Amino acid sequence: MSTDTTTAVETKRESLFSKKNRKLLKDPLDDSNPITVQVLGICSALAITVQLQQAVIMSLSVLFVMIGGNVIISLLRNLVPDRIRIIVQLVVVASLVIIVDQVLKAFQPDISEKLSVFVGLIITNCIIMGRLEAFALGNKPGPSLLDAIGNAMGYAWILLVVSIVREIFGSGAISLPGMGQVKFLPTSWFISEGGFYENNNLMILPPMALITVGLIIWIQRSRNQALIEEN
Amino acid sequence: MAINKNGTGYTFGFAIVMVVVVGAALAATAISLKPLQQANAADKKMMDILGAIKVDAQRDNAKELFAEYVTSRVSINASGTQVAVKQGEVNATDATDPFNIDIKKDYRSHKPAKGDLTWGNADDLNFPVFECQREGETYYVVPMVGSGLWGPIWGYVALEGDMQTIYGAKFDHKTETPGLGAEIKEDFFTVKFEGKTLAEVGPTYFSVLKGGAVTNEHSVDGITGGTITSKGVDEMLNRTMGIYLKYFNNEQRAQR
Repeated sequence: MSTDTTTAVETKRESLFSKKNRKLLKDPLDDSNPITVQVLGICSALAITVQLQQAVIMSLSVLFVMIGGNVIISLLRNLVPDRIRIIVQLVVVASLVIIVDQVLKAFQPDISEKLSVFVGLIITNCIIMGRLEAFALGNKPGPSLLDAIGNAMGYAWILLVVSIVREIFGSGAISLPGMGQVKFLPTSWFISEGGFYENNNLMILPPMALITVGLIIWIQRSRNQALIEEN
Repeated sequence: MAINKNGTGYTFGFAIVMVVVVGAALAATAISLKPLQQANAADKKMMDILGAIKVDAQRDNAKELFAEYVTSRVSINASGTQVAVKQGEVNATDATDPFNIDIKKDYRSHKPAKGDLTWGNADDLNFPVFECQREGETYYVVPMVGSGLWGPIWGYVALEGDMQTIYGAKFDHKTETPGLGAEIKEDFFTVKFEGKTLAEVGPTYFSVLKGGAVTNEHSVDGITGGTITSKGVDEMLNRTMGIYLKYFNNEQRAQR
């Protein structure tokens, strides 16, 4: 089977891990990252990155909704009437989000409480609707699945990095779902206990998430000059 | 036969099928997860009640600790008369068990008029009181519910054996503004209530004052920037305490 897929059209059955498909997975991680390049989904990225465990659960939720939405819309792409396609996408996304919300309430009640409205707000996350409209409606389920994984991962790694930075400097701890929060700094280090260290409360507040995302964008653009717009 | 994908009939048909399928899927999910969610909600309620008497419970030990500290669960009506007393294990299906009284739901269906400190239309409601024993002391934990700026706020207040001194309080909210009204659930706000007393005569038994005011033994400082939420806490305390104090005055003091 040919690996040269640059000229491949839909008639030829291409390998799931062809160059083009790998690009679908890889691009959203860097070149077209939904958060740092397209600046979508910022709202939840700022709000729920105080703790790593929330970011993990949020990322998994978005991954699930993204994959489900992209694959379902891709399967239905020849059936959906054009005039109501946005509503159809919205219904699919909204039902997946409600399922996620219900499952979290049943199995992760504490984290569900902390994520509060932000699980529900996945419905309006521009990344998801954007990928459904721009990709899933015009592509087969296979590539749509990869596109979903790629974009959800692009969203997830930013969330994870931001939350790790914020939790370490803001709370002096790291938390994972099911393990709780692990404070790794000895208590005797803190000023309240006679030590020299103090957690940076600013890190817990939303503005610091924006600054952290800004730093990531800075690092990313200095490494990847192609992203810098010309003026 | 080619179907016109953009025809009105097809569009309607598609929409109807979609709604039915999605509706069925969501209903199935909701029904199958409901028992777990209710168990979680009950655990949370136990944690809140225990939190009011400063017992730090987690989800996994809430049931045992609740059984250990809460000696009896009493329900009273709006005029302060005792309706039912339950002891032992909480029965989730028994509607007469005071633990199962959902005062948030009652509040929604019997919403008092704005600024009404007496909850005038609560005549057909029952209110739960949780009698707790901790290290030889008796505490009474009473739940309360009210309105904040954006949505419901609720809490649990523990009174000491004299039924007048506040031992501990725990508040929570659904959608108050983070950093402002939402701070009512933080410890720095709830510790202010500890050791304060309720006034003997109403209708103002306790006040949450606007930020920076001078407080006395019947009042605490509210939250700066959370004026309406603080006022909501004030109203909810007075409204529910008015009812509970009737019971404490009638029943309990008479026994002494």
